[in-house]
Amino acid sequence: MIDALTQPFVEFAFMRRALVGLFALSVGAPPIGVFLMLRRMSLMGDAMSHAILPGAAVGFLLGGLSLSAMSLGGFIAGLAVALAAGLVARSTILREDASLAAFYLVSLALGVLIVSVKGSNIDLLHVLFGTVLALDDAALILVAGIATVSLAILAIIYRPLVLECFDPQYLRSVSRASGPTHLLFLVLVVLNLVSGFQALGTLLAVGIMLLPAITARFWAEDVSGLILVAILAAFAASLAGLLLSYYTNVPTGPAIILVSGVGYILSMLVGARGGLIWQLVHRKHLEA
Amino acid sequence: MGNTPAIELRDLTLGYDRHPAVHHVTGEVAQGELLALVGPNGAGKSTLLKGLMGEIKPLDGAIDLFGLSHRDIAYLPQQIDIDRSFPISVFDCTAMGLWREIGIWRGLDATAKRKVADALTALGILDLANRPIGALSGGQFQRVLFARLLLQDCRLILLDEPFRAVDAKTVADLILLIRRWHDEGRTVIAALHDIEQVRAHFDTTLLLAREVVDWGDTLTVLTAENLAKARHAVEIWEEHAGICERHDEVKEREPA
Repeated sequence: MIDALTQPFVEFAFMRRALVGLFALSVGAPPIGVFLMLRRMSLMGDAMSHAILPGAAVGFLLGGLSLSAMSLGGFIAGLAVALAAGLVARSTILREDASLAAFYLVSLALGVLIVSVKGSNIDLLHVLFGTVLALDDAALILVAGIATVSLAILAIIYRPLVLECFDPQYLRSVSRASGPTHLLFLVLVVLNLVSGFQALGTLLAVGIMLLPAITARFWAEDVSGLILVAILAAFAASLAGLLLSYYTNVPTGPAIILVSGVGYILSMLVGARGGLIWQLVHRKHLEA
Repeated sequence: MGNTPAIELRDLTLGYDRHPAVHHVTGEVAQGELLALVGPNGAGKSTLLKGLMGEIKPLDGAIDLFGLSHRDIAYLPQQIDIDRSFPISVFDCTAMGLWREIGIWRGLDATAKRKVADALTALGILDLANRPIGALSGGQFQRVLFARLLLQDCRLILLDEPFRAVDAKTVADLILLIRRWHDEGRTVIAALHDIEQVRAHFDTTLLLAREVVDWGDTLTVLTAENLAKARHAVEIWEEHAGICERHDEVKEREPA
């Protein structure tokens, strides 16, 4: 049994690389997902993952299947859309979700246009679905580097970010940190999506960010607990998904996200905090 | 209380989209004054407080805070968009009142933790310290917000309808705290709608109906005649209102 769990990693370097890459991703992205969820911006992650596409496509056109070119392109496109949406929301009557929808749809259409005019279908599939079993050194360094930077920045902006989530009015009344905090947070969202799309593709990168975070809501009581549980859930889903795809020969990216989804459904059913099961069992009420 | 001014309003007009909500208000608030802001709905009470906080810029005229920046003002808004489902404890939420001391990075040392505990004790909610804020009743949560205001330790405190949807016992406790702030020489301005409360606890009153109806000693301001005047003075929002020339007339009369 233990053998079955370790043997693929002992035997194949690409499995070890995939595991290291996914673990790095699992440290960086889920905490961002926790804050997206707490700010009721869960779907913003999905929109942003689409916004990255044209940048990655332009990177691909200029640099071929070069990791750095595609990442840089994706980062620039994602950031441009996030900033433009934020700017329009703060200076016009549009709410942030509406202005983001407008910009990301334009960005997505542009991306599909570029890829279909200039690339082949195979390239499009790589960008959309990722290649976690073909992570080279450069990709691993990029993913690990982004996870490191992401955690460091998150530690620095932690307090204003928490306050911005639950009482933005108060934060604005005591500090000028509100704007810069929001901006840095958007940068972190884009960075982690870029990091995820190497392994899981632009469509599923957001999965490893959000599913563990949403799962954690059924287990943890405070923000630090949510972050810890989300990271552990992402670890578990990465490992289980990799093994599942190894033994059943299904694509790795979807396998990882599906395992994560199973974890979510189980947590929703039996989670210690508000799982459905607690509505079924009748527990006697307390004295006070 | 001395007569050193804490706030001076000079022909202040505040509003939205060029429509004035507070119209040509001139006057002074002394340091340490306990001022009630009274007026019917739409009189501009919240707008005036937002203006003092710097949340909206004057359309005309000026506010002089005598060197106070908006970070030296503790402000309890009427529309609080706090996410009550957010997973944070009463203690952590209250501790944010120490922002000026701890800022973005500094941790809570023993002294700071004791301050938070003292503030919770002052509001009678120390036993709730570890509860998530989502588990509190409306009155308990209002006490948390007041504990946070207490920790902010500001010279100027602005309260917008602080007693809405709170029971009599809580109101009594919160008024005690406001009296304490007053005794400590802090300037407190509170927008209120309960006239009897104002008569009982506030020395001075600004009766507002977009413009100043009366401003001064509470008992002389809150007469039946003045209150009726205030009710009638809150005009409708005029879609096609003309441009107000009064400011220019004033300027012409007093050549600079």
